[in-house]
Amino acid sequence: MNRRFFISGLSAALVLPALPAFAITEAGAKKLVDSLVNDINKVIAAGKSESAMFRDFERIFKRYSDTSYIAAYAMGVDGRRATASQKRAFSSAFQSYIGRKYGSRFREFIGGRLEVRSVKKVKNWYEVSTTAYLRNEAPFDVTFQVSDRAGKDLFFNMYIEGVNLLLTERSEIGALIDRNGGSIDGMIADLKKAG
Amino acid sequence: MARFFAASRRISALLLIFAVAACSTVDGDGMTADGIYDPFETQNRRVHEFNRNVDQALLRPTAVGYSSVIPDDIEDRIVNFSRNLQSPSIVVNSLLQGDVPGAGLGVVRFAVNSVLGLAGLFDAATDFGIPQHETDFGETLHVWGVGEGAYIELPLLGPSNQRDTTGLLVDFFTNPLSYVGLDGPASYVSLGAGVARGMSSRGRYVDSVDGVLYGSADSYSQARLIATQNRRFELGQEDASAEIDPFALDTEGF
Repeated sequence: MNRRFFISGLSAALVLPALPAFAITEAGAKKLVDSLVNDINKVIAAGKSESAMFRDFERIFKRYSDTSYIAAYAMGVDGRRATASQKRAFSSAFQSYIGRKYGSRFREFIGGRLEVRSVKKVKNWYEVSTTAYLRNEAPFDVTFQVSDRAGKDLFFNMYIEGVNLLLTERSEIGALIDRNGGSIDGMIADLKKAG
Repeated sequence: MARFFAASRRISALLLIFAVAACSTVDGDGMTADGIYDPFETQNRRVHEFNRNVDQALLRPTAVGYSSVIPDDIEDRIVNFSRNLQSPSIVVNSLLQGDVPGAGLGVVRFAVNSVLGLAGLFDAATDFGIPQHETDFGETLHVWGVGEGAYIELPLLGPSNQRDTTGLLVDFFTNPLSYVGLDGPASYVSLGAGVARGMSSRGRYVDSVDGVLYGSADSYSQARLIATQNRRFELGQEDASAEIDPFALDTEGF
């Protein structure tokens, strides 16, 4: 009985993730980004110390983004030769790195704010456009792409004025691997210090 | 960081001739993995190294000092003044692109800011809800169907490409202000304000620019990718991520 229970559980686990593939809605995507923008604005407004801010952004990144997708995309074809433990170590180092790096970008938004502007469907995901308002600057675009690939609504890519997080980070991780003569472990060690 | 490049692109065009003359040999087919045509990579990397050294020794320390010594309010006045001087050129380029509403915006902004904004020190037009509108001859060439050509990193001015470098030269030598007597000493005022504006950007976005120039594994290719994506976005071009599909990647183990 135990074994049957295990097998039916296993098959459910295999089938279920395929089911909600189109469950994402415009309202769901907007809700995610509303809440994300609200959290980012709170961190910007709180004006804590740099390190406290980076921790806040890392937490926001973990909560709202499809971290495994972003990490896998950033590693690109090198991901195919990575071992399971390298993938885990990379994912964890990458999350902190993104928290530090984009934390320092959003820190420059101090005194400014993000506002959700519009939502549109693109293939099987949604694109949520927001506008950043900064002191004495023309307002500019920050766009989030949201999917429910991982079973819930999460953003898997972000654009700041057309600059794409996925492409930019894949190029950076590729350069780190090159700098380490192709060593994934070397790249992970460098990533822990980068950002 | 992209905003820094956008601002610095427009500071001045004094050293462009060197850059264009320097780009004469081609290595390989020149296409990068990121979809950027960069046949002059070897020379570009040398210029990048030069720019990084100038930034480290001169631009960054000056800009950070400037930005911390000069009150934000005064900095904003100087940025506005410099922006206002660009308005006539924006009007001309809008017309060349057949963008009549854009040209209208430029005219109204220039009139409002020159008079009510005290020679452009204050952005009164934005306070009245007239949106900012920017364009340049590089965009005009784009509208006319000219492709970006090869990627070029310009000395002091940073990332550009063949089309936008041509645009910079044309904008520099055809500034409408010079035809109404605003040349001679006045053009130095304009150049000075442009340099100050570039310093404000460098000082204000110090973390972002430092992140690209000194924090990344290959600052040359990061700057190239970021600047190119940003420029293509400004021009309303389809970006290279159109083929990204969140459901078509093996994320097992990440």
